[in-house]
This record gives sequence, C-alpha cells and structure tokens, in this order.
Amino acid sequence: MALLRHTTGEIKERKALTVNPAKTCQPVGAMYAALGVKGCFPHSHGSQGCCAYHRSALTRHYKEPVVAGTSSFTEGSSVFGGQSNLITAIDNIFTLYDPEVIAIHTTCLSETIGDDLMQISQKAKDDGKVPAGKHIVYASTPSYVGTHVTGYANMVKGILKGFVKKTGTPNGKINIIPGFCEPSDMAEIRRLADMMGIDITMVPDTNGVLNGPMTGHYEMYPNAGATPAEIAGMGDAKATIGLGRWATADGVNFLDAEFKVPGHVMGLPIGLKATDRYVDLLRKLSGKTVPDAINFERGQVVDLLSDYSQYFYGKKVAMAGDPDQVLALVEFCITLGMIPAYTVTGTAGKYFDERMAELLKDVPYDCKFKCGGEADMYLLHQWIKNDPVDLLIGNTYLKYVARDEDIPLVRHGFPILDRVGHQYFPSVGYSGAMRLMEKFLEALLDRLDRDAPETRFELQL
Amino acid sequence: MSTKPTNVEEIKKELIAKMPTKVARKRAKSILPGTEVGEPIPEIQSNVRTIPGVITQRGCTYAGCKGVVLGPSRDIVNLTHGPIGCGFYSWLTRRNQTDAGPDGENFIPYAFSTDMTEHDIVFGGEKKLRAAIQEAYDNFHPKAISIFSTCPVGLIGDDIHAVARTMQEELGITIFANSCEGYKGVSQSAGHHIANNQIMKHVIGTKDVEVEGKFKVNMLGEYNIGGDAFEIERILEKCGFTLVATFSGNSTVEDFRKAHAADLNTVMCHRSLNYVAEMMETKYGIPWIKVNFIGAEASAKSLRRMAAYFEDQELIDRTEAVIAEELEKVKTVVDEIKPRTDGKTAMLFVGGSRAHHYQELFKELGMKILGAGYEFAHRDDYEGRHVLPTIKIDADSRNIEELEIHPDPERFKPRKTEEELARLNEKGLDFKGYEGMIGGMGKDAMVIDDINHYETEKLLEIYKPDIFCAGIKEKYIVQKMGIPLKQLHNYDMGGPYAGFNGAINWYRDIDRMVNTKVWNLIKAPWQTDGPELEATYVA
Repeated sequence: MALLRHTTGEIKERKALTVNPAKTCQPVGAMYAALGVKGCFPHSHGSQGCCAYHRSALTRHYKEPVVAGTSSFTEGSSVFGGQSNLITAIDNIFTLYDPEVIAIHTTCLSETIGDDLMQISQKAKDDGKVPAGKHIVYASTPSYVGTHVTGYANMVKGILKGFVKKTGTPNGKINIIPGFCEPSDMAEIRRLADMMGIDITMVPDTNGVLNGPMTGHYEMYPNAGATPAEIAGMGDAKATIGLGRWATADGVNFLDAEFKVPGHVMGLPIGLKATDRYVDLLRKLSGKTVPDAINFERGQVVDLLSDYSQYFYGKKVAMAGDPDQVLALVEFCITLGMIPAYTVTGTAGKYFDERMAELLKDVPYDCKFKCGGEADMYLLHQWIKNDPVDLLIGNTYLKYVARDEDIPLVRHGFPILDRVGHQYFPSVGYSGAMRLMEKFLEALLDRLDRDAPETRFELQL
Repeated sequence: MSTKPTNVEEIKKELIAKMPTKVARKRAKSILPGTEVGEPIPEIQSNVRTIPGVITQRGCTYAGCKGVVLGPSRDIVNLTHGPIGCGFYSWLTRRNQTDAGPDGENFIPYAFSTDMTEHDIVFGGEKKLRAAIQEAYDNFHPKAISIFSTCPVGLIGDDIHAVARTMQEELGITIFANSCEGYKGVSQSAGHHIANNQIMKHVIGTKDVEVEGKFKVNMLGEYNIGGDAFEIERILEKCGFTLVATFSGNSTVEDFRKAHAADLNTVMCHRSLNYVAEMMETKYGIPWIKVNFIGAEASAKSLRRMAAYFEDQELIDRTEAVIAEELEKVKTVVDEIKPRTDGKTAMLFVGGSRAHHYQELFKELGMKILGAGYEFAHRDDYEGRHVLPTIKIDADSRNIEELEIHPDPERFKPRKTEEELARLNEKGLDFKGYEGMIGGMGKDAMVIDDINHYETEKLLEIYKPDIFCAGIKEKYIVQKMGIPLKQLHNYDMGGPYAGFNGAINWYRDIDRMVNTKVWNLIKAPWQTDGPELEATYVA
C-alpha cells in the first residue's frame, strides 16, 4: 500500500500550500556552522522549541552530541523584548559551560519583535557578562527568510565579522569556506589542499566535532574546528575560496570587501569536473604543482566511469536537496551520462535556474527543475508519477517516494536520519566521486539483479 | 574524585554548586529525594519556566500541540501556519505509527505548511492561510483540517480561528485552529492542553451513533509510539472490551466524534489528558480511572480494574484468563533475562508520565531506580492529584484557555450512580485517582524536575547508572560517557513496549543494552595495559 497514497499525478497550481518541503529554516544551518568553530557554544535567541528542534535535527543526522542554549522566550519576552533573557543567558552560559565563543542566532520570533543582537551583545559586554578573552558572535537568521542554507551562510559571515582582522602582514594562507556539507566533506576538502602542500584556514570546520570518536568522556568542546585565532588571521590571507554559492558567497564577499582578500566562489566540489575546478583553482592561487597522488585519484574516477559507463548511461534521476548540492550532483550525473530528469530545491535563487539551463542544454530530455517555496517533494513526486525515473537522490524523506514508486534511493543531503556514512565518508573530491559512483551503481545494479528474469541473471556485471 | 557525595542532599549541593546564585536558588526547589511508601510527599517545584542559557530537555507549545496530540490523528490534515521550520521538524519525527484502515486515509506522512515568508509577516498571513486551506482541500479532500500557529503568527495577530470558521462554512468540513505559539506556556504541556481543548470543543461528541459492544472504553494519553496502541488494542479486544477512541495514537477524527459513546475513560498519560477525562465526565457522565500499560504487572492490574468497573463476571473471568495466558509468556522471558539484569541501576528523565510508568518495567527486571523526573510535568504528576487545589496558577498557566464545561443537555448520562461509584471505590477502584511519581521511590533516589544538561552530566559522573533514559538530544552525550541511553520518546526505533508483548520487547532490549560488550571496547589495548617496552636487536 502506498505511503503517500494521496499524491496523484494531477498537478494543481499551488501558491500558498507547501507539502513535504525540500528545505527547512535558517537557525538550524546557523547552529551547524557555529559548531565548526572550536570552543563555540551555539545559542538560539527565541523560544525554547526552536533550539530543541534544531538540536534534535542535527543530533538525528549526525548521531553525535549537539548542545546549544536558548533564550527561553515566554509571552512576556515576546512583548517586552528579549534583551534581559539574552543577557541572562550569556551570563549563565559563560558561568556553567565556559565556552570560548557564544554564537547567537535569531529566530522568527526574536526577529519579528525586532531584537537587535549587536546592541544586546554590546550591552552584555558593557555589563561585564562576557569574561575577558571570551567572544560573542551573532547572525540574524529569521526563519521566514531563506532556508537552512541561508542560515549557514549568515552564521559563517557572522563568525567572520566577529573575528577576522587585518594586520597588514600577509600570512600566505588560503581561506576556504566550505558550503553546507558533511564533516567528512570538510575533511576531504582539507586533505586535497594538504596533498598540494597548501596552508589553508577552513571556516567552519565540523570535522572531528560531528563525527567524533567514542572515548568514554563527553567533551562539550571537542579538540576540532577552526580556532578564533586562525579565523582572525583570515584577513591576511592570499585568497578565499567559497565552495557553494548559496552557502558561502556572503562570507567570501565580506572578506573581499572588508579586508581586500580576493574571493573566488565556485560550486561544491562534488563529481569529477567540480573537483577538477577546485584543484585547479588551488593550483593557480598557490602556484603549486598538482602532485601525482592527486592525478592518481582522478585517474581512478575516470577508470571506474569508463568501466561502468554502460550502467549509468541514459538512466533518469530525480533529486531534491540544497541548491549547492543539487547543482553539483546534476553536473556529475550528466558527466556519468545520466539524465537529471527532475530536480527541486526549496532554497530560491535566480542562479539556480540559469545554471540548470546551462548544465542541461545538451541533455536529450525535457528535464524539469524548480527552486524556492513551491519546489517541494510533493511536486517532485507528482512529476515522477507522470513519468518515472530510475534513481532518486535526496534526503531520508524521499524514502517514502522510493517505496511507493519502487525506485532505488541514494541518500544524500540533509537530513539523513536512517543511515550512517555521511558523517564519515566524503562525497566531495575524487574519493567522494568514487563513493557516489559506488552508491549509484549499488542501487542500479541491485535493481537490475532483482528484476532480471532467470535467463538474464548474470554472474558478472 | 575520592570525595564523592553519597546522599541525596549532598548530591543536590554538588549539582547546584557552580550555578549562578539565582539559578541555583531556583533549581534547588526542583530537586528532591524520593519518599518511602506512605510517607508525606514534599512539594516539588515544577511547570515553571526554563532558565535562559541553561540547556533544557524541553520543547515548545507547538511541539506539544501539533507534534504530540494532533499529529497521530491520521485523517486530519494538520496544517502548520508559519515559516517552514516548525512544520518540517514535526514531520514524522514522533514515530506515530498508524494503520490507515479500510478507508485508507492517512495524512501522517505529509508535512503541510503555509511556509510564511517575509511578505506574509509584514502584511499578515491570513490570506495565505485561507488559500492554503483551499489548496489542501482541492488536493487532498480531507474530512478535517486543523491549523497550528507558530511564534510569529501570534505576534502579527493573524486571526486563525476566524479563518478556520469561514473556511469551515465554505468547504463544509471540520476546520479548527490551535493558538499554540511556541512562546506560550513553559513547555510542550501547554500545547497538549490547547490541542485537547480544541478537540473537546470541535470534535468530541459531534456524531451520535450506536457503537456496538458491551464494554466500551476510551484510551486517553496513548500515542502509539512504536506500535504501543496496537498492542493495547490487541489485549483489550482479547479481553472483550470495545475501544471507541484512543487519544490520539492510531486515531481518527471519526473516532473522536463518537468518543462520548464510551462508558469508561482510561487515562494513560496523566499529564496530557487528565483534564479531558475530567471534562468528559462533566459533560457526558463518563467516569475515568488511571491505567498503566507499561509493565506486565501494571498491564494486568489495569485490565483487572477496567473489568471490575463493568461488574460483569464473564468479562472478569475472560480478563483473568487473558492475563494468566499472557503472563505465562512474560514469565518465561523474565526468568531467562532477570539473572543478567538483577541489581543493575537506571535513571529516567523523560516526558510526562513515562518517567513513572517505565519504573515498573525496570522493577520487573530487578533493576533499581536511582533517579527520575519529568520533562514537562506539573506538581500533581509528582505528588498526586490531591495537591490540585494547592497548585498556584501563574501568568504562564493563565495564558492557556480553561474551558468551562457543563453537562450536555442531550448527551449527559451518568454511567454509574453515586452509590455504585462509592461501592466500586470501596472495592479498591480509585476513580479520578493518581498518586504521582514520587511516593515509593525511596529516600535514596533523586527526583529532578526539568533536568538540564549540566545536572545530567554531574549526576552521571556521581552515580554511573547502568542505563539512562531520556531523548535524542541527550542520547549521544550520555553514550559518549560510556553509559547506554534508552530513548523513551521514540524508543530508539524499538517497541512496542506497552502491554505484555511490549514488556517482553523491553526486557530483551534492556538486557542487550546493559550487557552489550561495546562499552568495554572504548580503550585500546595500549591504553589499558601499563607501559611496556619491546626491543629488537639492531644489527
């Protein structure tokens, strides 16, 4: 029996109702970004439910501790403003949890009443609630603007604003702002730079924070993440690379405008071509030669693709996810010879339509894509009902569509609630491309085996 | 750490020692030792605001209203009016299992939202809400739609109730709204109350049909997490009871409508539904008793009480036969497992009622409860219903509507006379009774209301229990300390744990969790063995 049994192929125009969104709200992205700073305690300025929801969402996705504070608004604070709650919270957090930094983000509640984080943070400092050597950074992240991706971008910029300085002495480093991706992806982005012998500062860096080891001890602040001192040095860097337009352009442009650090915004390095562009940009910015070890990994990707191209070629894919993620995946699918038939992302942006059109121009299929509030998984499902696909790519919520329509699903994006791996194994870089190909093949070949008649069931594929 | 505190008072001092003075003073009132059976129970501070910046387990009013109470109702389109987040986070995250039944209506796997944007916040969201209801109707044709307001909706003043009324008239289906903005009240408990009030006002008693069956009951405060309600349904049917409606696990709006046809209300989660039981008694004359289907013995006891109420020998005999048959299965498993769990220790800080109910299951395994507390309870959940008249109504409670209920002119029908009730009461059937969690926990147990992260960490360091029960936010924090955490909100995808089969599931899961080898693997050989040197000859 169908799980989404009320979904039909009949598409009626909707302007006001979102069903099964392909996005969520800003603060969860802000909370995630804040966790990529060492010794940082995220704080949600609003009523306590937001913080509980965001902690739960991140915990379920990473299967790791996620702590954060809340201003615990009640009706009174909603009427009279949240200043006293926030100052109390700052005092309590520094006393009880002793972080290096508190990263505060707003919610739709505190934004609607107009709380000014700059003013309140200043008052907290003036009132002596911020111990010497400790920091507060903040970002405005109303839930009725943008999505979790925007929230990530805003907090990244908030962190940069809070720490970055320019001493005038160049440090020769390259700044990297990774988009909204997994800790394992951040590790891989760093590994490639390390292989090239490039000294980078990566902000945020959640590797080691949200994929930590079991030690028998709970560390509220794991020994990982970008340190405030490192972040401060970003103003003296040679250049900044932003990996993902939606999630990083604000931060990159801020460093460019404010500190004259030249910025380069590209897509997430998912798939062969995007990784090529990342490595090439690193090469050009640093003047270093790409080592053989990287050429070797790249060659493996091409080798696997040449070996298995027959199983990718012409396969139709539907996907839902964040724009930086799906744009990169669409390109990679096309590289593999697949057809990205339907794509939705809940995060809006004109560039999405432009880039999709550009990527799809030689694809021999009338591919449908949509971004923004109306681009939900209900619409995606309706498209599939009218013309099915061979593979689904997206977060765990797509498993209902996968089961109903009997289409294999490769889990990718946020949130993944029912599988592990995303925390530990990258999908960016050449090794990530190999892993994605493996996952696509597993799904496609398992289906081929399952559906093969006895005579066509083959030992080797 | 040789100077570890050993008694509850010392531990309490340790818990609050590092807190700022004001915080410490407030928290001290929410931390108590348990009491022995029959001893007077001291007052515990509960249902008060959380402290800004102090990490809490709690969620919000919207979570209680949409997520907990109305979420499990399968044939209602639950429409969140607000920015996308709230609707997204309450989308399938409570594990409300449901059987779509012969009518096949099930909207639970869908998340419906008006996805408000800045424009709606500035110019008002009523128009969008109206259009969203129309679109939900056009696409899904539900028989009922309920609307939930989120924080900013309350601030901008959208009149969601007026929209509900006019759309109900236009579309001819049941549409009602819940003003459950997250900032209202102090916990999800307020949200339960808001949802229940609206169900009471708009749904219960709206369909007069003859419900077949001799022994008709409603189950109140059972949410079918992990299939609990399915197991309870199985047992009740086996005994011969007719379940009219469950509030609200595996439920339908159609069942709510005829809930007034039941002759007995049974209350599982006292916190979330006690007032509905009260209101239904006043309005329709249905008496209520507290039951507990968590624990095999507790389930047997609850069934016996339910059977006793109907005073029918055939029902009583059949119930006894069912209990005997089921308990035999249970005993086999307990006999096998108890030697491995006997004497182990547990703590539970979770929900409202669960922290009490699950103590039964631990006791059946011979495990000792070192501490327990509720996430969003009120004093009566801890101390018993006799304290109800002495609970102070503060500003936060006043924000939640209290319905004034009168006997329904046509449908009020006392199920039992005063004399019958008194006679049953003498036989030990305690109507409207709940003793609360604290009594009988013992003086060496900690009772903590709205425990926070800081206290949890301290408590774990001091007590090192064999298992800790809480929710997803606490899970990996506790497990990083090498202590298994059993989630009692979603059961770690296990369950059911209710009833007899549920008890067996529980014993097996707890056996696995307290006896698994994984916690012995944390240290590598080179981390546990002393320093050792190995040498080789150098040529």
